[in-house]
Amino acid sequence: MKDTDIKRLFYAHLFCVFSIILTTFTPSLFLEDFSVLETHLTWMCICSVCVTIVNVVLYLLIKPNPSSKRSSISHKISRLLKSCVYFFISCLLYHAIIVLYGAPLIELMLETFLFAVLLSTFTTLPCLCLLGPNIKAWLRVFTKNGATSIWDNSLQITTLSSVVGAWLGAFPIPLDWERPWQVWPISCTLGATFGYVAGLLISPVWIYRNRKQLTYKSR
Amino acid sequence: MSSENLSNMSVFLISRMLKALVLFFLAWVCFLFYAGIALFTSGFLLTRLELTNHSSCQELPGKGPLVGGGRGEPGACWTAPRFSRAVIVLIDALRFDFVQPWPGGLPAQYPYLGKLGSIQHLLETKPQHARLYRFLADPPTTTMQRLKALTTGSLPTFIDAGSNFASYAIQEDNLIAQLNNTGKRVVFMGDDTWKGLFPEAFSQAFFFPSFNVKDLHTVDSGILEHLYPTMDRDDWDLLIAHFLGVDHCGHKHGPHHPEMAKKLNQMDQVLQTLVERLENDTLLVVAGDHGMTETGDHGGDSKPEVMAALFLYSSLPLFPRAPPEDPEVVPQVNLVPTLALLLGLPIPFGNIGEVIVDLFSGEVDTQPLATALAQASAYHLNAQQVSRFLHAYSLAAQDLPPEELQRLQDLFSSASSEYKRLLDQLKTEEVREADVQALISQLRLFLQGARTACTETWARFRPARMIGGTVLLAFTCLLCLVTSGLTSSPDFPFLGLLLKSVAWGLVGAALLAGGLIVGRTGLDPALLCSGGAATSLVAFLWALKWRGKPPMAIFLPGPLPILVLLFLRFAALFSDSFVLAEARAAPFLLCSLSLFVVAQLHWEGRLLVGGPTASCLSSPTASVARREGPRALGLLVGLLLCVRLSSLFHRCPEETPVCQSSPWLAPLSSVGGGQAKNLWYGACLGALGVLVLSVRFWLRRCGNLNSSAPSILFVRWGLPLMALGTAAHWALASGSDEAPPRLQALVSGAVIGLPRVVLGLAAIGLGLLLWQPVTVLVKTGASSPNPIVVPFVGPPASQADLNYVVPQIYRRMQEALRGKLAGGGGQTPLALAAYGLGSVYSAAVVTTLALLVFPLLLLHTERIILAFLILFLQSFLLLQLLAAAVGTPAGSPGPFSVPWLAISAWALTATQTFYSTGHQPVFPAIHWNAAFVGFPEGHDSSPVLPALLVGANTFASHLLFSVGCPLLLLWPFVCEGHSSTKKKKSLTSGTEEEGEKEEPLMEMRLRDAPHHFNAALLQLGLKYLFILGVQVLACVLAASILRRHLMVWKVFAPKFIFEAVGFVVSSVALLLGVALVMWVDRAVGSWFKQLILSQER
Repeated sequence: MKDTDIKRLFYAHLFCVFSIILTTFTPSLFLEDFSVLETHLTWMCICSVCVTIVNVVLYLLIKPNPSSKRSSISHKISRLLKSCVYFFISCLLYHAIIVLYGAPLIELMLETFLFAVLLSTFTTLPCLCLLGPNIKAWLRVFTKNGATSIWDNSLQITTLSSVVGAWLGAFPIPLDWERPWQVWPISCTLGATFGYVAGLLISPVWIYRNRKQLTYKSR
Repeated sequence: MSSENLSNMSVFLISRMLKALVLFFLAWVCFLFYAGIALFTSGFLLTRLELTNHSSCQELPGKGPLVGGGRGEPGACWTAPRFSRAVIVLIDALRFDFVQPWPGGLPAQYPYLGKLGSIQHLLETKPQHARLYRFLADPPTTTMQRLKALTTGSLPTFIDAGSNFASYAIQEDNLIAQLNNTGKRVVFMGDDTWKGLFPEAFSQAFFFPSFNVKDLHTVDSGILEHLYPTMDRDDWDLLIAHFLGVDHCGHKHGPHHPEMAKKLNQMDQVLQTLVERLENDTLLVVAGDHGMTETGDHGGDSKPEVMAALFLYSSLPLFPRAPPEDPEVVPQVNLVPTLALLLGLPIPFGNIGEVIVDLFSGEVDTQPLATALAQASAYHLNAQQVSRFLHAYSLAAQDLPPEELQRLQDLFSSASSEYKRLLDQLKTEEVREADVQALISQLRLFLQGARTACTETWARFRPARMIGGTVLLAFTCLLCLVTSGLTSSPDFPFLGLLLKSVAWGLVGAALLAGGLIVGRTGLDPALLCSGGAATSLVAFLWALKWRGKPPMAIFLPGPLPILVLLFLRFAALFSDSFVLAEARAAPFLLCSLSLFVVAQLHWEGRLLVGGPTASCLSSPTASVARREGPRALGLLVGLLLCVRLSSLFHRCPEETPVCQSSPWLAPLSSVGGGQAKNLWYGACLGALGVLVLSVRFWLRRCGNLNSSAPSILFVRWGLPLMALGTAAHWALASGSDEAPPRLQALVSGAVIGLPRVVLGLAAIGLGLLLWQPVTVLVKTGASSPNPIVVPFVGPPASQADLNYVVPQIYRRMQEALRGKLAGGGGQTPLALAAYGLGSVYSAAVVTTLALLVFPLLLLHTERIILAFLILFLQSFLLLQLLAAAVGTPAGSPGPFSVPWLAISAWALTATQTFYSTGHQPVFPAIHWNAAFVGFPEGHDSSPVLPALLVGANTFASHLLFSVGCPLLLLWPFVCEGHSSTKKKKSLTSGTEEEGEKEEPLMEMRLRDAPHHFNAALLQLGLKYLFILGVQVLACVLAASILRRHLMVWKVFAPKFIFEAVGFVVSSVALLLGVALVMWVDRAVGSWFKQLILSQER
């Protein structure tokens, strides 16, 4: 493993963090009455779109995993379509899990779904970018000895921290503080976002500190 | 041979002894917990018996003449009324220093000082018309308790024994009831707490919601809208206005906020207007029910909380003397007899206050002697009433100290005779004023003594006991934790340690008893028990300490996620919001836990093996694991679905606009529309059927249903019968109103009889199960040339694949047999097969649960059956998932251990079940109707039976899950059997030998290692007790640390009571469950012996 790889990872992550910070501040320049808490749905949409674009652009620029040999146009298109379908399925799955966790089934359906989309953006989308629409590879990455590059490790960390952040975000909801951010699903989306950002920042540091222990088997 | 027998015998003895030891040890630990709970409770929960006697106009409280008594005068009862009407302005949390006169011109340090200028003005300009007192409230300083005190004149504690928990309505004699009895009209406006306390008592009432503490103005503006118009009318005799703004301002901002100044200014305006409109015959009372701390809270007993203000005013001169420099201190209860006598009412029966004497001076400008006589008369009447109450109370309850009662009685009789003597003297000659004053001080001494005695008993926390109880609980939890880690070490001297500590405990208790007897303080059972418990606990921990430092790992229950989970559960009990939201939090945590289990399985590569890494792993397991993956995922999805569905039966702790209880909790009889009712009834019947069938199906799958044991016959025929009885009872109970009149008698008879029949059947079933718990079918096959037992015997052919035999046991048995038979020679050994031996323990436990669930179902409303079904399914899925996660304990001869993860998940499921069967840990949410199942006419005097029924309803989940707790240990063994048959099915053409080799031992593995089996049961019990104990500990800590919290009597104290009672129920049920498994084990032992004997013949 080279230090340049870690550096690339670090800059890519910094770019992601920067884009998330931008989504909270720049829209108020164009939109009236924009604020993260009050027009939360708008922010969620903007944030998901922005993170998606940044991820895709970064992937195209960096190309961490050299793609397969076949690279015909039709293959690429089918991959793209497959990715879109996977992303949509993951949104539905997240939605189902969130509802099973106790979110209201019928009321606030749009909010819940957007939360699922946001979570998918933080977790599924990087998987799609890095690993492609390949469930087997995904399952492999999320096992104990499954990581084959620092990119896989960072994927593990950011995914875990986003999910844990969303999970922790549910805790303030029952409290009687009556703050605007306690409304469903704001605390959870904020938790997921903070978790994602934390994961982005932690993973290069963690990988750098553990670079001696991390040995990857060649695929 | 004989030595083998001997060693067998010794093994047998050890296992027997260990069994008794395990039970004994668990019982001892439970006792330690109980002692801690009892000690804490005796210091925290103050109890008092509520008497339902009422004073009446016609009946004086004692013998003796009256002075100035107006019996016979119109509108008079015990005395003539001084005022015909009164206005009570209750300003919630009106602390004394809010009202305290503030020298004009001085800048106020705090926003609340000197804001009530109208009171100050009246005090200065009309000293004979107005008077300010320090109004001393008794703890607990919560509004509801204070309102009770202000109307009954008593000291309400948190639990007033004998009160009807279903509603908060005051059962005791009180001012409002007396007013109603004498035909006076009471108009109320303000806090809707009064609505619950005095239902239907007001001639006119304007209630406003009080639950939103953040709302400062709704109640006050509502009152102001109605107050002045009502004042101007004359269709009332008592007007009560209860303002909440000041209290809510305290809770929201604290007393130092500028908002408080605004609120007090508003109150000042109100008072000024009121005084202007006050008529001559009307008394104005302005009072605070309690104070507040510097942070605006109340509930405890600190000085700012108990020091409220009382202000009295009348348009006519009222007081003979000018007010003292420093306002007098008046206990809150004193207002009750004062108001009663001033309005010409009887003093409420349970009052222990004394009259405020300044108000009983007779006419102003009279002789000092006449004033003194009038005061003595009021005091005497008051003393008579208090004496009558003390007498009645001491007959009904024993908690007041008898010596003190005797002393008070002596005091009263001497004062009473002195009073009579003075009255006689008055007829003939002059009476000296000094004599009357002496009498007054004697009567006051009696009244104050009586109140002090009651306060000592009813209204004081005992911090030493609370701390002691908490410490005892904490150390018992520690003991559970440490010992559960040590059970696996075989040379740990449990017996010696236990006997030693119990002996120490007895010595400690005896010493304490001796000390108490010498100190003449009376033997308090809670104190004695906890003394003994503490001594034995210290002895045990001391001995542990001397055995060397245990490894640090013992002190941490499980891996990090379990620690986090336990910490969350612990910490959540300190927040009233989370206590209220536990119904949602428990399923949330359970979902997280099961998701975590599956995620961890995947992380460790045990969930899905396939793809590129499959080749790295050993290939034989791969095929199994490949099928395990989707199965575990399926289990997870099913579990999550069950958890979500069960929350449909949620009940709110309090009906608010935000939270609506599930409509499905209502009984079927309340469902309107025949169609809907029939549909629901059909669904309930279906659920019943599924429940019965699933139990049968499971038993059949394990092979236990083939046995001819009476308990299995009962499962075959008795369970459907019980289901039928339940269904019939539901049909009758939900449609009894529609029954034709000539069948009415039959229906009402059946409504009484059916639940009892079901209960009787359940009892019979349990009896049969205990009588012959071994549910194994033995088949003696034809002799075979091969002396080794044939692993699988054909008949019953269709079931053959589903039934399991346990050949290895037989192999060993057979060897013993062969050894014996070898001498005899010549005989062909027999082939044997036993069906269901591998699941004999869990079959007994599952049968018990099925038998228990029917009576419990009857106690709930009909549609809860759906919740029960979901929860049964859910716990089945959970057990399967946990068994998959733990991994089959293949081949390991022990030590067996149930991981913390499984036990915390089980405890979480129990909590979730409590909530999703429509319960909440608050008293109004208890299902009182359960007391009338099988007893529709109500009960006779004994409260034991209804309490049992309601308790069984409330703690059904605790009961079921604790009895079922041993399943956590047994299930992986049961699953071992299932997975191996599956394997065999897939390898139909596989070689015979392999099938034979892999024949599962299942639960017989446990029997093979009796020591480990007992140790595992002990560990399981200790771990479960630890998890429950930590919950109780958290409740105890929360209740004692937050005893000043606004919600302590509304949330924390009820939660503590429910948790403590739930703990007692759970621990007893756990002991029973463990004992049941041991009983079965014993029976299996004797069954083997019999089998060998029968083979010998």
